[in-house]
Amino acid sequence: MSNALHIVVCAGIVPDPLQTLEPTTGPNGPGIKNEMVLPAVLDPWAASALYEAANLAAKCPGSPQSPSKIWLVSLAPKAKLQQVMMSVAQKVSFELVPVDGPIGGFPDAQATAAVLADAIAAIPGLEHERMLLFGGWESATRGAGVTLELVGERLGIADQFQGVDQIELREDGSFEVLERVEGGKHQVSVCAGAPAVLGWATGNLAEPRNNPQVGMANMRSIMPALQKAKTAALEANGLRYVSVSLPKQQRETRVEKNMSEEEIAREIVEWIGAE
Amino acid sequence: MESVLVLTHADESGSALTKGLLEAVTAGRELAMRLGAELTIGIVAKHATSAAAQVAGAAKRLLAVQGEAFAQARFASDAAACEALCRAVMPTIVLAPQSSRFARVMAAVAHRLGGFIDTHITAIGGTDGVEAMRWFYRQRIEAVVSREKRPWFLLLDLGTNSAYAGAEAHAALEGEAAQADEISIAVELPALRTQVIGMRAPNQGAQTIRPDAKLLFVAGAGWTKKQPDGQVHVEEAGELILKFLGASGASLGSSKSLVDQGGEGNSVLPFLSHLNQVGQTGSTPRHAKGLSTCCHGEEPHVVGWRFIGERRAVNLDPNCGWTRGKADVVYVADAFQVMARVNALLEETASSS
Repeated sequence: MSNALHIVVCAGIVPDPLQTLEPTTGPNGPGIKNEMVLPAVLDPWAASALYEAANLAAKCPGSPQSPSKIWLVSLAPKAKLQQVMMSVAQKVSFELVPVDGPIGGFPDAQATAAVLADAIAAIPGLEHERMLLFGGWESATRGAGVTLELVGERLGIADQFQGVDQIELREDGSFEVLERVEGGKHQVSVCAGAPAVLGWATGNLAEPRNNPQVGMANMRSIMPALQKAKTAALEANGLRYVSVSLPKQQRETRVEKNMSEEEIAREIVEWIGAE
Repeated sequence: MESVLVLTHADESGSALTKGLLEAVTAGRELAMRLGAELTIGIVAKHATSAAAQVAGAAKRLLAVQGEAFAQARFASDAAACEALCRAVMPTIVLAPQSSRFARVMAAVAHRLGGFIDTHITAIGGTDGVEAMRWFYRQRIEAVVSREKRPWFLLLDLGTNSAYAGAEAHAALEGEAAQADEISIAVELPALRTQVIGMRAPNQGAQTIRPDAKLLFVAGAGWTKKQPDGQVHVEEAGELILKFLGASGASLGSSKSLVDQGGEGNSVLPFLSHLNQVGQTGSTPRHAKGLSTCCHGEEPHVVGWRFIGERRAVNLDPNCGWTRGKADVVYVADAFQVMARVNALLEETASSS
């Protein structure tokens, strides 16, 4: 039996973390001002999932007849996806499954999950019993940590892991997985094998270097996929935003440039001890 | 008419509810009282007796799913347990703690019940209905949401409510213990393909992440950079930091750049891992105070400080991000020297007391 894996990575795109974000309200509800023109990146935790997927697929390449494969499923405006893919495509090999839809963290997670699940179910050649559904455990936009779980539930996957930092495949197809739990610890579980959902935290891999050859190979399939991407409308599911605002917390910072180390230390110790 | 179900689960011992897990009970009681709604508490545990006793006076109705299968925090069994509790009550609103155990399953449970879920709720309010506050874009934008559709599941961030500690709960301990079997409901488990085999702390020696600590101490990349003598002093940095953590009881956080150095083959502090990382791609801990050292205070890191009360920073750069309204006090100084003196003073205080 081939040990080929079919890894589906769900990943959104998010504003570059260094950008200033300002909420605004439009006809379709809240959004981020100028979000379509802000520089965007692949969602960081989902990017970890993509790199871990590539690492896993390299360890379990399968056979020439039945190789391991990675699909990257993303719901975002096509134009924005194309921009982000120019850099992401240079990292690892994958096949893009784009869905043309709204950007941002304010659409309902349940609606997003429904669209993603339908897109995954329609992937030609994807075998359910070989499937590992990867993604970030939370996004950098909505940050709800429910979308991947809901996608897995809709696809009938009964083994789910969230906050994953490590997976170790075994010869028999089972795997050991480390999930983040409270108190800075990992819960260690052993799962009988695919299918399973793994919502990744940071993982242990550094970001791969850009490889132009990988990029060119990926782009050959990415561009046609983007052209054929279906448009999805997201249900509101009764979600109503009462208010959306920036936090008002701005501190009056006291900057001490002339205190000696001794004075600073005494002040810090006093501050630590104060109730 | 709303009805409220509070779901909670036992801790690693399999039978007790921790402070964080009791917070949802407080929130549930307040919400049910305001809405005039019926309140039920559902418990998932290996043995529900003690847990039931802890919340005995909190609600008129108590239900539990218990057994060996529920000793493990595992998706298939936990989802089945929560689903069974929900079906037994058919509530319009479900409150649960945002623990790793329930965060793993509650969206799936909501889906099975035909409901909807919102997570990381920091406050519940509203005058005529129910409104929930949560953050978006990694704590950079706050929003208040409501939903027309029911059932509505709300996962409450830990540390946002006081833990339920009703006096009547202790008085009822023995009586409730006898009733543990009566409140149990049966669950049909699916095939269990996953086994939890234990917990693992990172290979760092002492545990440096302490969620209950009053102080968060953040080490930035500057600790591993060249110092005025032109050399790096990683070993000394590590000693200073660990000594401070030991003396102060603080929890250790880090910036992404420092943790990432390990993966890039540079000198690193051996006791740091990604679990210590605070910020955009790390955690957002809740501590009363935070002290940042050798960290620039750029936005991707500082978003992780959203729920830190008082903030101070030690940095050599007088124009670092902390000075731009992100900290209460910024000391422009060498953290090596400052922390050495802080440690000496803490040692003096400890020996004199």
